[in-house]
Amino acid sequence: MITGRFFAAGADRRILIAILLLLAAAVIVPILNLAVPPTSGLHLPSYIVALTGKYLCYALLALALDLVWGYCGILSLGHGAFFALGGYAMGMYLMRQIGDRGVYGNPLLPDFMVFLNWKELPWFWYGFDQFWFAALMVMLVPGLLAFVFGWFAFRSRVTGVYLSIITQAMTYALLLAFFRNDMGFGGNNGLTDFKDILGFNVQASSTRSALFAATALALALAVFVTWRIVGSKYGKLLMAVRDAESRTRFLGWRAENVKLFAFTVSAVMAGIAGALYVPQVGIINPGEFDPANSIEVVIWTAIGGRGTIVGPIIGAILVNTGKSWFTGALPELWLFALGGLFVAVTLFLPKGIVGMWDQWRSYTKVRHAASAEASPPPAEPPAIVRVSSDKVSGWKDEPGLPEPQPAE
Amino acid sequence: MSRGNTILYLDGVSVSFDGFRAINDLSLVLDRGEMRAIIGPNGAGKTTMMDIVTGKTRPDSGEVFFDGDIDLTRHDEAEIAMMGIGRKFQKPTVFESHSVEDNLLLSLKGPRSIFPALFHRRSAEENCRIDDILGITRLGDRRGDLAANLSHGQKQWLEIGMLLAQDPKLLLVDEPVAGMTDAETEETARLLKDIAREHSVIVVEHDMHFVRELGVKVTCLHEGSVLSEGTLDFVSADERVVEVYLGR
Repeated sequence: MITGRFFAAGADRRILIAILLLLAAAVIVPILNLAVPPTSGLHLPSYIVALTGKYLCYALLALALDLVWGYCGILSLGHGAFFALGGYAMGMYLMRQIGDRGVYGNPLLPDFMVFLNWKELPWFWYGFDQFWFAALMVMLVPGLLAFVFGWFAFRSRVTGVYLSIITQAMTYALLLAFFRNDMGFGGNNGLTDFKDILGFNVQASSTRSALFAATALALALAVFVTWRIVGSKYGKLLMAVRDAESRTRFLGWRAENVKLFAFTVSAVMAGIAGALYVPQVGIINPGEFDPANSIEVVIWTAIGGRGTIVGPIIGAILVNTGKSWFTGALPELWLFALGGLFVAVTLFLPKGIVGMWDQWRSYTKVRHAASAEASPPPAEPPAIVRVSSDKVSGWKDEPGLPEPQPAE
Repeated sequence: MSRGNTILYLDGVSVSFDGFRAINDLSLVLDRGEMRAIIGPNGAGKTTMMDIVTGKTRPDSGEVFFDGDIDLTRHDEAEIAMMGIGRKFQKPTVFESHSVEDNLLLSLKGPRSIFPALFHRRSAEENCRIDDILGITRLGDRRGDLAANLSHGQKQWLEIGMLLAQDPKLLLVDEPVAGMTDAETEETARLLKDIAREHSVIVVEHDMHFVRELGVKVTCLHEGSVLSEGTLDFVSADERVVEVYLGR
């Protein structure tokens, strides 16, 4: 079975398989949607394509969070803000593409500006009629915000729960700002009624398939980049900062720069996720800045398994599939289910689905080895004396990492 | 007093936290290549002194010079570490989710910015250096093990190894034998004496047997300043030292 092999491999092989699956999906899903006739059993309806595309955007967002939370211990409760900013940058491009096809037929101003009696385009909307400019802003705006925010936060050595709270405050402040009509971003209605992207109709199934493929490719690339970052010496340093920040400082590393780089890269990834999300769902409004959204991302990541790269993707897809089903079948119960799931995962699966799988694998491996051979399991090498015995046990081969200690 | 030939020069250093004088007019001089043991009852200011030298705490007044003429009060932890002061914490602090080898790799002297680390490729020279340090700290057979799985004593050694990897001029070692068995203590004394041949070292320690084994000049701190200084026999014969250790 695919899933069996998928989980069975070591972390590196698992990541490679994830990349290959995403690349395959980028090719196969559009074919099943476009080339297979609707009468065939293999045909994928367009709404499924759009829905899975949306899930993959969420997966990319969860992966971005995992880079800072799983590998650097920065629990950001404001990653939704970077996602939304990327989404707004893309939304502004899509608004400018409407041109004179809007309700008011104004060739320059989007409908909401005409409605508000604005006479000319605000300066910050300039350039968004060009795709390359919008694409640049998709990465630049969230990246710059994260850089400036992180610069002050990490330099002042704000860590732990205080950092989480200010990230939350950041996204809440943006939520309030974007709700204002005179901000120039469409107020509480946000940006919608999109027509074209790069000259193609956003509603057409071929465009939806292409957007799906782009999302799958972006996610595959992000998995690859994250994997390379985490595997580099810098990645080791990132985990070192997570586990013992003061130690890295006294070794001469600037822990604040280590965190700042990861935080900025992560925000750029979140921005790209948002930009891919908006044309697929057809709207971006200030609700995306809602702190509850950012917390949900944390839940996806925790459920899938933080610090595993593949885990957050699994978590995001599973939880959102569950959400789609639940909000259809039992809409009142969804939030209880989500809360219950989070509590259950925190209590029973502290390392998430992927972490639990790894533990179970090593457990069965040990049992197999013990039952297959009559000889007793190899004894520990004679160590001098083990003063702290809590982490030193017979489970030497256990691949699970030790719990990070809070930095001093 | 000339500070030209000193590795560490503290003069009239004071620092207080919320009115409590942790360090009170402390003066201490360490010559190049010297190993010094610092003893003193709890709260004597030993760890605070290390905090001042490594840039974690700024003194309220006084001079702190490293290597003759570098004013340490103007630099932060990372800069001071790069200049050549290594510090071992009281509680062994290693990167538990990394292998012993990776712990040393992250400590090796070299550029300390993000992009070189991102595109770093390990050189034969670095491997050689890691082998050396594994040999010195007797951790050769634990190379690939997670640091979390080391015994307490081995973690202490790994942390000392990480200091060596930095190639510092001065090592500050805070309670290296706390929680060690007698055999490990002896081994640690030998390790530190080895290190002291090529480095200046300050060892803070409570264990008098260990200090005796080191056989170096001893400084006894009390209430943030130097109470007595000299050989261990001289210091332990000092009336005032006996008094602060045994209480009045």
